[in-house]
Amino acid sequence: MKQSNIPALEGPTCPLPIADRGQIVLGHGSGGQMTHDLVRDVFQSRLANPILNAANDAANIIDAPPGKRLVVSTDAHIVSPLFFAGGDIGRLAVCGTVNDVAMLGAEPRFLTATFILEEGFSIQELELIVDSFAEACREAGVELIAADTKVTEKGKSDKLFINTTGFGWADSNLQIGGEQAKPGDAVIISGPVGNHGIAVAEARGNLGFSSQVRSDIAPLNHLVKALLEAGLDVHVLRDPTRGGLATTLVEIARQSQVNIRLEEENIPIDKPVRKTCELLGLDPLYMANEGKLILILPGDQTDEALRLMHITRYGEAAKVIGQVLEPSKGQVWLQTPFGTTRVLEMLAGEMLPRIC
Amino acid sequence: MTDPTANLRDASLTKSILAEVRRITTQPWNIMEICGGQTHAIMQYGLDQLLPPEITLIHGPGCPVCVTSLQAIEQGLQIASRPDVIFTTFGDMLRVPGNQADLFTARSRGADVRVVYSPLDSLKIANANPDKQVVFFAIGFETTAPTIASTILTASRNGIKNFSILPANVLVPPAMHAILSNPANRVQGFLAAGHVCAVMGYHEYLPIAEQYQIPIVVTGFEPVDLATGLLVTVQQLEAGQHEVTNAYPRFVTREGNQVAQKIISQVFEPVDRQWRGIGTIPLSGLGLRPGYASFNALSRFELDQTPLYESPLCIAGKVLSGIAKPIDCPAFGKECTPARPLGAPMVSSEGACAAYYRYHRIPG
Repeated sequence: MKQSNIPALEGPTCPLPIADRGQIVLGHGSGGQMTHDLVRDVFQSRLANPILNAANDAANIIDAPPGKRLVVSTDAHIVSPLFFAGGDIGRLAVCGTVNDVAMLGAEPRFLTATFILEEGFSIQELELIVDSFAEACREAGVELIAADTKVTEKGKSDKLFINTTGFGWADSNLQIGGEQAKPGDAVIISGPVGNHGIAVAEARGNLGFSSQVRSDIAPLNHLVKALLEAGLDVHVLRDPTRGGLATTLVEIARQSQVNIRLEEENIPIDKPVRKTCELLGLDPLYMANEGKLILILPGDQTDEALRLMHITRYGEAAKVIGQVLEPSKGQVWLQTPFGTTRVLEMLAGEMLPRIC
Repeated sequence: MTDPTANLRDASLTKSILAEVRRITTQPWNIMEICGGQTHAIMQYGLDQLLPPEITLIHGPGCPVCVTSLQAIEQGLQIASRPDVIFTTFGDMLRVPGNQADLFTARSRGADVRVVYSPLDSLKIANANPDKQVVFFAIGFETTAPTIASTILTASRNGIKNFSILPANVLVPPAMHAILSNPANRVQGFLAAGHVCAVMGYHEYLPIAEQYQIPIVVTGFEPVDLATGLLVTVQQLEAGQHEVTNAYPRFVTREGNQVAQKIISQVFEPVDRQWRGIGTIPLSGLGLRPGYASFNALSRFELDQTPLYESPLCIAGKVLSGIAKPIDCPAFGKECTPARPLGAPMVSSEGACAAYYRYHRIPG
């Protein structure tokens, strides 16, 4: 076979900039061409809407309609690892903020987001996360109307942090809040508790075995809407995230200055969650949730509330778990199956597994 | 598959056993559950609320976190703070206060402190970090000793040079001697810790029952187990007996797990050890035998002698030896809470003070 006469292009050549990298580099935060390319290819392609597409430095948002008021919430998401069974930081960043807005009885409409990226973070993983972010926005029915990306030097942040701010509208005359629980009210939980905390602990490699537990991350705004549209007299809505069901109920009891009694047997806990907690000495009542809500409303409306929740997504396993008792300093009592009573306190600090 | 613990948590069975305790009790009795896991379970299920008023439960020193000496914790903090060290520990230890700091504080100041579920995980960390010294905080009773010993045997066999332990394991029978020989002792019967006995058997308790004329009942951790253990103890007390009875035969035999015992005695030997709040109890700890002395972190690092400071408000020593209840402490629930513990029993979920704080505060 004849040898080619073209000389091999070896030795010093002019170094062309590498346009397509597999990971975030500082240039992605320069504000120049690389930033524009990243925003266009990773974000705008997945999250297109007229407001975001206008690509201005700020977004005009539509005023709240007559009879409605604006509700705002903001939340930073720094979960490690970024992916876990049942979800990832993208879905979490949408649902966390959507749920906070919804817990005031508002209908979430718009989000803004800041993505803080660490130099060296995989663009492929970023794309998966933005896909999941976009999917969660569609499911919740909210639009991303302003977004920012920043890149830190390696080691100055951890892969990816996402801050989201949510805007929604609520009926001006709605009075929903942690201070509204009243004697005679029923306490309802929308489904089994503890799953998110176990799923994240497992993804961190903290369990040492597979629990088969998936995070419950979900947008709860449609469930809230169903309850409010039915005209139920909702007193409290709260999503028991960090600190779990027990800590959130203690907060509500103190805010409303009432005692709350729970029936331990009625609190739904999935078997793998219960078993994992027992093995590690953790308490499922203090494990985080990301797709559950506590509903407190007059005791005579529980049947209608449960009927509605059972036919609405993420409320299928709702149960009455307790009731609001007399005015007091605000304590939560747990009635055990043994007929004995104990007081639930707030989570003291990080949950620590016990020794033996 | 059916849940094997389901009928051990049967509320009506538990209640009927405790009703029998009420029926046969004719006079006051003080019974100590040695193990913090039992204290925790009693409080969690509220079983103490179902006992007749004559029966007083005294919570024993069986919480490994609580009894680990202040000196050992200060040593751990010093070792953990070294830049060349990865310090591994069971999670409970992180929040136990030393003089001023705990391991959480050390971690926030840059110490590499990692929670492990098994000491064997420390060897994986040692293999992955050959330029670091990995030190495991060896705490616990006879239950953690076998895996710690087998970790050392593995390290020795594989020539792992960057692994050592801070030895702080303790033993149950010497603590029972210490409690019973204290002139202020009020304990009249013991629930012995089921899982310690699963390892060691119950033959060690026969001479104690004989010497002090006290019933000792090997007891498990589920509500039905605990109710049964209490019933057997009260039956003996009412009949004036002082036997060692095995009320946990699902897991415990007279001789225990002899393989585990052999591993423990291959690596460790009994040494005098300080118990926090109680003092030094002769031959109550496990020290490394001379053949494994090179795995002792105390011989690898130069440590400063720090003066030891305990909060004057804390009565942990009296709580751990059963002389006082957590609620007898003036700081309980005020200066001392699980979020800001003054003493170790308020830290661990097995600690008597923490169990009281979480489960026992009276509604109202």
